[in-house]
Amino acid sequence: MNERMVHLEVLRYDPQVDGEPHFQRYEVPCKEEWVVLDALNAIKESIDPTLNYRWSCHMAVCGSCGMMINGEPRLSCHAFLRDFEGVIRVEPLANFPIERDLVTVADDFIDKLKRVKPYLIPGENKPIAEGEYTQTPAQLMKYRHFSMCINCMLCYAACPQYALQPLFLGPAAITLAHRYNLDSRDGGREERQQVIATNEGVWECSFVGACSEVCPKAVDPAGALQQVKVASTLDWFREHLLPGNAK
Amino acid sequence: MRYMSREVTCVFIGAFALLLLCAVERLSEGQAAYESFLVAITGPWSTLGLSIVWIFAVHNAISWFNVTPKALPVQIGEGFLPGRFIVAAHYAAWILISLAVLFFAGVL
Repeated sequence: MNERMVHLEVLRYDPQVDGEPHFQRYEVPCKEEWVVLDALNAIKESIDPTLNYRWSCHMAVCGSCGMMINGEPRLSCHAFLRDFEGVIRVEPLANFPIERDLVTVADDFIDKLKRVKPYLIPGENKPIAEGEYTQTPAQLMKYRHFSMCINCMLCYAACPQYALQPLFLGPAAITLAHRYNLDSRDGGREERQQVIATNEGVWECSFVGACSEVCPKAVDPAGALQQVKVASTLDWFREHLLPGNAK
Repeated sequence: MRYMSREVTCVFIGAFALLLLCAVERLSEGQAAYESFLVAITGPWSTLGLSIVWIFAVHNAISWFNVTPKALPVQIGEGFLPGRFIVAAHYAAWILISLAVLFFAGVL
């Protein structure tokens, strides 16, 4: 098993002690097949137990270990050390306040997620005796790729619009709203449109596309947001041009 | 960089839209006013300027056509139409509309 010394520059910040964040350099003996998360775990276990970061599954499913690796939002469990040369710089996700070291405050994202009601709102409440809400494979495929979001927030760290305008609902929240709007079993689109078809919603997006480039699950939030724009525009035309549709 | 190059084209498209508004305004003032406007925008510098605008307009169209499959996916059964067909449809429409414009302008 090949082993090599890897140099990591990790951003450290303890708000109770540090005036501002600073970098700390670690030299870590790493195995060839390790990812950045393994190196961080090695630091915590053997070099510096005070280092803080979030992680859980180690298999790109839980979305906990997102961080900036050499300036790019990545899942640290998905970033192989062998793909990097020289010093690897590890920072907390951009565009979020730092809670401590590599841990960010995710409250803003969680709040936005709640606002778009990312759950099924049945259009008709049928009795349990009538059975489940069924769906054809074609109806499933309509939204399936958008349902792969793991809420890792990499898209928020990559989005220049969110960096400029923190009120922007952001890629993941709008994508999840769109995912449920496309679901044949859902009837909550009108409620979600009041949140997402707004200036702070989808119209804040200028289609940079960085969200889709960094998404580790190929969800394509940029595509979802453009589809929401098209659907919202059609809503507007229907409301203003077709007789009997004005609100 | 791709995004910035796409977005910067709007400055040139906006400038051309203003020029078009001026043309419409002069047209509303009568034939003589419109013809003097045409004379005013004829010349090597105008040709150079309009050529630059045309290059940016083409870049704008191409960059947007290339991302249309994201905004306008076409589902067929359980699959999606490959994006290249959606892009190709836009190019086909672009060519047909351009030919129609040239035809009605008396160029063809």
